[in-house]
This record gives sequence, C-alpha cells and structure tokens, in this order.
Amino acid sequence: MTTFAPPETRTPYVGRAVDRIDGAAKTHGEARFAAEHSYPGLAHAALVHSTIARGRITAIDTAAARAVPGVIEVLTHDNAPAMKPAKGGPLDLSSMVSGTSVNYLATDQVHWNGQPVAVVVAETQETARHAARLVRPAYEELPAAVDFAAEAPNAVPVKGNPIMQHGAEKGDAEAALAAAPVSVDLTFSTPALNHNAIEPHATTAVWNGDELTVHESTQSIAFLRRHLAKRFGVPEGNVRVLSPYVGGGFGGKGSVWAGTLLAVLAARATGRPVRLALTREAVYRTVGGRTPSTQRVALGADAHGRLTALIHTSVSHTSRIGGNAEPITAASRHLYAAPNILLRESSVQLDLLATTFMRAPGEAIGTFAIESAMDELAWRLGMDPIELRLANEPERDPVGGQEFSHRRLRELYAKGAELFGWHRRTEGMRDGRLLVGMGVATAYHPAMLWPASVTVRLAADGTVVVRCGMQEMGMGAATAQAQIAADELGVPLESVRVEYGDSDLPAAPMAAGSGQTASVAAAVVAACAKVKQAVLALARRAPASPLRGHRLADLQARDGGLHHAGGGQTYADILAAAGRDHVEGAIKQGMLGFVVGMLRERRRWVKAATGAHFCEVRVDPDTMEVRVARWLSVFDIGTVVNTRTAESQMRGGIVMGLGLALTEQTLIDPRNGRIVNPSLSEYHVPVHADVPRLEVHHLGDPDPTMPLGIVGVGEVGITGVAAAVGNAVRHATGRRVGDLPITLDKLM
Amino acid sequence: MTEIRMKVNGDVVALDVEPWVSLLDALRDRIGLTGPKKGCDQGACGACTVLDGGMRINSCLALAVQYDGHEITTIEGVDHPLQEAFVRHDGLQCGYCTPGQICSAIGMLAEHAAGQPSAVTGEAAVRRLSEPEVRERMSGNLCRCGAYNGIVDAIMDVAGEAGR
Repeated sequence: MTTFAPPETRTPYVGRAVDRIDGAAKTHGEARFAAEHSYPGLAHAALVHSTIARGRITAIDTAAARAVPGVIEVLTHDNAPAMKPAKGGPLDLSSMVSGTSVNYLATDQVHWNGQPVAVVVAETQETARHAARLVRPAYEELPAAVDFAAEAPNAVPVKGNPIMQHGAEKGDAEAALAAAPVSVDLTFSTPALNHNAIEPHATTAVWNGDELTVHESTQSIAFLRRHLAKRFGVPEGNVRVLSPYVGGGFGGKGSVWAGTLLAVLAARATGRPVRLALTREAVYRTVGGRTPSTQRVALGADAHGRLTALIHTSVSHTSRIGGNAEPITAASRHLYAAPNILLRESSVQLDLLATTFMRAPGEAIGTFAIESAMDELAWRLGMDPIELRLANEPERDPVGGQEFSHRRLRELYAKGAELFGWHRRTEGMRDGRLLVGMGVATAYHPAMLWPASVTVRLAADGTVVVRCGMQEMGMGAATAQAQIAADELGVPLESVRVEYGDSDLPAAPMAAGSGQTASVAAAVVAACAKVKQAVLALARRAPASPLRGHRLADLQARDGGLHHAGGGQTYADILAAAGRDHVEGAIKQGMLGFVVGMLRERRRWVKAATGAHFCEVRVDPDTMEVRVARWLSVFDIGTVVNTRTAESQMRGGIVMGLGLALTEQTLIDPRNGRIVNPSLSEYHVPVHADVPRLEVHHLGDPDPTMPLGIVGVGEVGITGVAAAVGNAVRHATGRRVGDLPITLDKLM
Repeated sequence: MTEIRMKVNGDVVALDVEPWVSLLDALRDRIGLTGPKKGCDQGACGACTVLDGGMRINSCLALAVQYDGHEITTIEGVDHPLQEAFVRHDGLQCGYCTPGQICSAIGMLAEHAAGQPSAVTGEAAVRRLSEPEVRERMSGNLCRCGAYNGIVDAIMDVAGEAGR
C-alpha cells in the first residue's frame, strides 16, 4: 500500500460544503428505489415465516393459499427448485456475505423462529400477503437455545485472525487489579438491536433466459452479483445488480439475506419478473441484527489516576447458521496506556437468526462499557473525567506498540470542553425542578481501506465521467468523488458526472467499515493521474504544444487543463489537436495483494477516526425520564471531503447512538426465540423530538497515511454516545445504569 | 372492485381497486407514483405522508376507496421552497423518508398557520414557530439516517418570518 502525502494546499472543492448531487432527485420523488421498478407481467411475492425456533417441517398445507384468486405459485421445500449452497474459498468474500448458511426451501429443517418456509407469488402484493397467511406448516419441534441471558455462561472465546483480533493480553491484569489502590469492576449489558433503515429490504428480479437483472437495496453490489451467480449456477457476467439508491443500510444491507435469494428463486420458478418488498416485520424476521452483549470492565489505578490494569471481557452470540461475533473489546485495545491489559471476547451459538454487522460493530457497544467504566473510576478517584482520560492517553498503541498515524484526542477534548462550557459542570446542577447532568466519552473507530476499481474518462469537450460501482445509501458518495475528481483534474465540479450503483461498472468495495470514501478516492486519484499522463503524452507529440519538455510533476491541473509557470494548454485543445474524442484512465485492484499490503501496514500503524462527545441531560425527578438537552462532539476524521455531508453523517451516528442509549431494543421471547416487537411502533428509534441541536466540529487535518488524508466518518459518530449519555445521567442522578437502554424504570 | 376517481397532482385519475387496497399502494403500484414511500405500512414512520386537500395523512393507513373524489398531492406534485431548502441544509441522506418529511412539513406549516396547537407546547406557542415546536410537530416522520437537524433547519428557513 502506498503512503499518501497530504495535499500541500487546500484544493478548490475538497473541504467545502457542497450540495449532494442527488438531492434534487430525492426531494422531488424522482429517485427510484429497488421496489419501484415496474416490468410487464410483474408478480409480487410474500414470505411465510416459521413459528418455531428449531425442528423440521412435517407437512405444509398450501391448498387454501393456492385457492385464492390471483395466486400464481406457492413455493415450499416440496416444490422449489434447488439453489446451490453458499460455499466459497477463503478469499471469496462473496461467500462471506451470505447472511446465513441456510439453503432456503431446499430443506425441511427450521433453524430460527421466523425462517422463511414458503413463498407465495401472486398478481398483486395484497393477494400475496393475504395468501401467505393461509399457508399452514406443521412442525416437529426440537429443543432450542434462544435465551441469551441463560446461555451466556456457555460462551467460548472467539478465535482471532490477522484481520480481526478478538482479544489481547499484556502483563497480568487480574493481579494488577487486585493490587490497585483504586479500582472499579462493573458489568454492562446491551440489548439486541435492529438497523431499521426506513426502506425495508426489497428485490425486483427479472430473468431473461439465463440472464438475471436484479434491482436490489444493497451495500454490496459486487459481492451480491457473484453470490447470485454462484447460487443460481450462471456465469457472473450474466448477472446485473442495479442499486443506485439505497434507503439506508447501516450494515443491514451488507449481507445477502433470504428475501433477495427467494425473489430470484421465485422469478426463476414462475417465469415472471418478481418483486419481493419485505414487510417491516419480515425485515426483523429474516435480516440479522446486532448481538446483545454482556460485558465486564474492571479498571485499576494509582491514586493519581494512572491506570495499572484494564480488563474488558464480552459475551455476544452468533447462530448455529452463521453470524457475526462482534469485536466488542476492539476500541479498548487502543484507548488507554495501561501496563496490564486483558481483553477477551466470547460468543455462544444460539438457535436464533444469524447476527450481523450494524453500524460500528464492536465499538458501538464496547465503548459504552469502557467509557462508562472510566467515568465511574473518575468518580471513585474524585477526578475530572476528561483529566482521567488525558492522564492515560498513550503515546503508542498500548497493546501492539505501533505508532498512531494520527491522534489528536487531547486537542479534541480541549476544544470540546471550551465550546461546551465543561467548566460549568458542578454537583447538584438543576434547571428548575429538573436534574441536570453533563457527561463525556471518547469515540473511536478504526480506519479501513478496501480495493476499489474505477475508470475516469475525460472527453474532448472537457467533461469527465467517473465510473465506479459503489453504493450510495446517503453518505454522499458520488458528490464526494466528483469533488475529488474535479480537483485532481482541475475542472469545474459541474463538468464531472459520477456513475455508480450498477454491477456493470468497475467493482467497488462493499460500503462497510466506513471505508468506501477513502478506498474509492485512492482509485479516483490514481485514475486521474493516468488520465493526465495520457493527456500529457498526447501534448508532447504535438510540436506546438507549450507542454513539450514538461513532466507531469512540473504541471498543475487547473482551469480545465495542464499548466506551468510559463504557460499551459486546455484538455480540449490537446485532445482536439491529437484528434481524440476522449482519454481514459483505469484502475483495477484485486483482493489478494490488497490484503497482504494491509497486514503489512497494520504492523506499522494504528489508524482511526476519533472523537470527544459532550452531553447534557435533563432528568425529571418524578418520572426519571431522561431527555438529551445539549450535544457537542469534536471529531478527528482526517481530511473532510464535503463538510456538509460529512457533518450529516456524524450527526446521523450520534442520533443512532441516542437510540442505543435511551430507547432501542429488540425483544426476543426467551421461551421460543420469537421477536415480539418487529415494528417501528414498538422498536423506538429516535424521532425529531428526541434530537436536540447536535453541534459537530472536526479538526480537518489530513491523516498522512490515508488517501488524500481521508479517514471514514460513517461509524465513529455512534461510538461513545451511549456512554456520554449514561455518564451525564450518572452526574444528574448519582445512578449508574449499566444496562441499555436507559429507560426510566431503571432509574426509579 | 370499486371504481374511484381522484385528482392526483392535478390530474383526474380513475381506477378500479379492491376495497382493501391502501391509498399508498394505489398510488405506488396502480398509478405508478412511487414518491410516497412504504417504510412500515402501519402509520409508524410517516414515509408515506401525502397531502389530502392540503392536510397531511399517512397514506398507508388510508383505504383508497375512502378517497374517491379527493384531491391528493404526492411529492411528485409538490413545488415548494422546502425542496430546495432540504438540499441546502442537507435535511436528507438516503432520501427514503424525504418525500414524507417534505409533505408532512407542508401540512404542518399549514396547521400552524391555521392556529392549531401542538400536543406539548400548547396554545401559547401557536403564534411563533420555534425549533422545539417544529420537532414536536414533525415527530411522526422518522429519519433513520438522523438528518433531523437539517430537516428542522430547512423548515425554519422556509417558514422564516412568516412563521414567527
């Protein structure tokens, strides 16, 4: 991997607030999402979900469903064409995006409560949903392990790998804890959570012979295409995935879940284009969510607050049919300079739907525990919680000893404290009858890069087309890459068009790990360099060109051409003189070389987005209802490409963190593993009234080891938020709630 | 099947629908207006908000047959400064809740102008449209991307002095 030099001067478009280029389409209702494409003969599908957690289907009565006028087909394991199993080699990430290992409708086995056991295809959506309710499966039920709290003691340590560590040990943390003059030893728990993108997952699948077109709401266009080709036994080139608009993802649309496969299967079985738009309930029943967790954080310190021991252990769950063992202690690895550290992650397999990544998997809930425990230690020490953090700010990575590529936490806290008015924090704060509390917490998310391929085409009329099959689910991806290409080529932003959201384009990485912007930026910069090189080569062949004798390194790309102190030439002139209608630069990156480079880099640097959150709450002393009254965060996310859209992402992460802190939980019946609140009326995401003005700041310094200095911003915002809220509640009420969400009953 | 006639975005639309078809499904699947979105199909998210004679309604909770003879406006028929303000203030990310937010905001501003009090701020607040008032009145429209600050800014910008 190349080490990128930071840009020497502030470039014209990067760093500005630019309106998102798809804004008008979205505000005028012109943006068409996956369930909004019509085809002649389009049929509609609906799922039938199992009502047991584990067992087998002994019979499935579809007669009543088939008798409904307008029903085209009812697919069950008795009659569905078989898909190929989801298997692949170790470097085939398309098999990793399999949400579960279940081969739907090819088996009579039931693995979780809610598993699709039949698909009804009908002429209208209403008919399909009505008929789905008439399908009557009979089961032979087996004992199932579905109660996380009861099963947690059976968890076993998660094995790490070079890409994802799941623990660390330095010194003897337990002994140091026992010997510490001041210590805390706390347990925390966080509930199961669901992403709840406002657009439910949807697929429109169209077969034309052996060619498949899929309109899909996905964060993972390239992997989905390869996955579908494998599962349906057709060449990858026969599959086209279109996903220009994704109505929110947050990790929930990263993997391939049942609905996508069953829509494609139903289209193949019926010979009709099929749309399967999941109901909100079906999203809960078939798309995995975030694992619940129990965590222990124990900290030992000397009388001055210098940590002597840091212990963070966690239990999560996966499923027997797949799942994500969240790296819950990941941030605790990098935050504090303790001489003795013990991190251990355990997981237990349950008979529930597979868990999956959800915004900042690991860090979102892990920072709640470590940052709450640091706050409690500050109380125990009688120390300001910011001072305690700064007293333990490491110079190098506490576990691995690597250098930090960029670490500004001292600056973040100093700036945040001043802007927030932290010095006004005193004991017993009140606003009339309301209790007032202030809390802080650190945000942390690693910086990631993935291979990306792009082409950049410069036409003779000076217009530029950037082509990359990346995903746009609200991050402002196309806008950011247009800004970057405009700067690299020195052309007006208006002359750059970005094509994305289509598997026919050069492959982008999946939108995950907050890595898309930086990853694609690296490829765009490299492709633009190729374009400039090609243009210069053309110019140097023209006897009259003022660029003759110059190398690219001497030239500046600006004003639609290449220039040096003594003159220059526009791209249009160069291309016209050469008789060319365009030049193109292409960058193609593969996975293998990329992973090798990434591992080498990880031995040298620890890279991350960081932040300092400041929260003020008001707590009603009679009802103990918590309201967040004021919020301020300062982030270090390297270069900010588009301040407007980046700030929106920071706020978006904070909002989701407020839900994690105060309202959100997926409730699972411990008797049968059924989600009992699969709806937006009973799973409470933050609404307008829950969200005060969120003041966000960023330092804007480039990270010297990242492309253009960019560190991703998609996930860091949610990390630390629940701790900042809990710490403010502790200040207001004297009560430490370690069990999320902090609902009023826990403060009574 | 029941034949209904509605004026949708200024055009008269005649259609045969089963009595169980929601207004939202009639708009999206039968008329082809996919601007109104389906986020929950049970009135919990507001993504399906349209204007019925200027009043905001959750079209997923409305049966199409009840709207025979009504004038319905979807985002496709909206031409309002809020649309540009949402972009300027980045009151959106993924864009899925956006049509509902905008239609809801238009209906909300009309309710406020007509002197309708909100649930928590009471009649005293009706004269002036404050940010907390907007947040309260817009709380039926969920945005999971968390663009709430930008949405409120866009609404306050457009409401301007007229709302105060």
